[in-house]
Amino acid sequence: MAFELILKRPESLTQKEFTYCPGCTHGIIHRLVAEVIDELGIREKTLAVAPIGCSVFAYHFFNTDATVAAHGRAPAVATGMKRARPDLYVFTYQGDGDLAAIGTAEIVHAANRGEKITTIFVNNAIYGMTGGQMAPTTLLGMKTTTTPYGRSAANDGHPLHVAEIIKEARGVAFLARTKVNTPQDVQKTKKAIKKAFLAQVKGLGFGMVEVLSTCPTNWGIDPVSALKWLEEHMVPEYPLGTFIDKVGDEK
Amino acid sequence: MGERVLVKGTEAIGEAAVRAGCRLFFGYPITPQNELPEYMSKRMPEVNGTFLQTESEVSTINMVYGAACTGMRVMTSTSSPGFSLMQEGVSYMACAQLPAVLVNVVRGGPGLGDIQPSQGDYWQATKGGGHGDYKLIVLAPSTVQEAVDLTYLAFDLADEYRSPVLIIADGVIGQMMEPVTFPEFRDLNTLPKHEDWSLTGANGREKHIVVSFDIDPYVLEKMNLELVEKFKKIEAKEKRWEEYKLEDADVVITAFGTVARIAKSVVEQARKEGIKVGLFRPITLWPFAYERLEEISKGKKLIFDVEMNMGQMLEDVKLAVKDHAPVEYYGRLGGVVPTPDEILNVLKSKLGR
Repeated sequence: MAFELILKRPESLTQKEFTYCPGCTHGIIHRLVAEVIDELGIREKTLAVAPIGCSVFAYHFFNTDATVAAHGRAPAVATGMKRARPDLYVFTYQGDGDLAAIGTAEIVHAANRGEKITTIFVNNAIYGMTGGQMAPTTLLGMKTTTTPYGRSAANDGHPLHVAEIIKEARGVAFLARTKVNTPQDVQKTKKAIKKAFLAQVKGLGFGMVEVLSTCPTNWGIDPVSALKWLEEHMVPEYPLGTFIDKVGDEK
Repeated sequence: MGERVLVKGTEAIGEAAVRAGCRLFFGYPITPQNELPEYMSKRMPEVNGTFLQTESEVSTINMVYGAACTGMRVMTSTSSPGFSLMQEGVSYMACAQLPAVLVNVVRGGPGLGDIQPSQGDYWQATKGGGHGDYKLIVLAPSTVQEAVDLTYLAFDLADEYRSPVLIIADGVIGQMMEPVTFPEFRDLNTLPKHEDWSLTGANGREKHIVVSFDIDPYVLEKMNLELVEKFKKIEAKEKRWEEYKLEDADVVITAFGTVARIAKSVVEQARKEGIKVGLFRPITLWPFAYERLEEISKGKKLIFDVEMNMGQMLEDVKLAVKDHAPVEYYGRLGGVVPTPDEILNVLKSKLGR
């Protein structure tokens, strides 16, 4: 009997066990990023910038040189790295508290400068690490530990549409919003992540993918319901799509 | 030795940094230090370096953090409110042990303050500045030539100790023009590469991690203790100061930076009037030369601390002098620069003359 290896752990992931809750889709997104880095053959030339939030431990999980940025500052840290070493590939992995609240200035200006870095933005509509507080991306009416009566537009403002804001920055070479709640969407997300890296590898400019993700623990529902909840509530608020693509398709 | 040229303090710091091998400068405009980033924006492209004007001081310090992660020489400059904004990042850099040179051209404070010369950031500079247990090496030039020499030195200290080094100046040093001799250009190939820790891609080696973080308090305590050991080493080796006409003095003025320049005139005038005054000038504000100042203070009539703040270095002076001599203080605040006459008159009144 001859066996053929058809699936293995990506080189770009370490052996460390993920620290994510059961049913959280961070793990899927980590794997996709690692697979893309493997496929592009750039692991040995890649620097990872982890954020503050649930994915703060990403520096342990990616098998690349890595650091942790101060809350929201990953695009600035990545900028410093890329300007120091333009021959290396730099990516940030950030959640919605990190990128869409405290880090809005850094992401907007990195995109606008067309920094040749890649950003993976994980939007699960809530602060996970700190225990389920309202994020800028929290949906209207959604209950969190700091919106016990539900998010109200009058008091808390509206859900922030990050991809639509970043779309206006002229330095962007690739920008998409995807989700990872079905196998097909996982594949689409991988393609988008690959293009966001290719935007950097080809020297075209800033690449970002906003990935809609689940947080069963802080949403207070089971993992399967969370996948459905994402579909039914997040997708209508955050339309999927490719906003900018200067990378083009592989022939 | 190179030729002597007449340059402004801020530009002198910039050129010294270039000669020290710095090819990365990140900065955000704030008065009174704008000539430094402006100089770098012109100079960096000439030496294949990078100048980037950032969106804020918060971004600046984090870009410095990122660049420092790669092991390359990097610098920023700012002024007081801007340096306050950078403190979180400076604390991260101290913990992650990242070398970089930071310049604070101090202005009047607190708050928005004004844009006049001040020494009001002494505490912030020497007692940590941001959160957590850490110190920065702090260098305080009092002439433009010294600003050049200390900038050049700062990069070597930053690399040697894997630590941010702070140059603290004020608008007087920054704006003043003096003749200086610049050091030679460092051969970039001879600079420390930090291959044992820097982030350059895990090519043929295990991955490197640079973080200011560990969730396990026992591990973080070890990281802290490693810093403590480093600080002890710096305290043992890097104390720098100047002694001016102390041999026969029975009154010692303590002053740093701009005030120390003025104090030298006070020393001369006082001596003309028959008062034997000398000057003790700390060059490293941290580590502070406590032991030497204690030794000097023994048997003196008066230790007279003069600053452009409410008496911040005064605390360190008192720690050094203990009860060996009386300590008095005089200072101007809010960006007011004291004159030699004014200081001498106060000194005489303290002596009962």
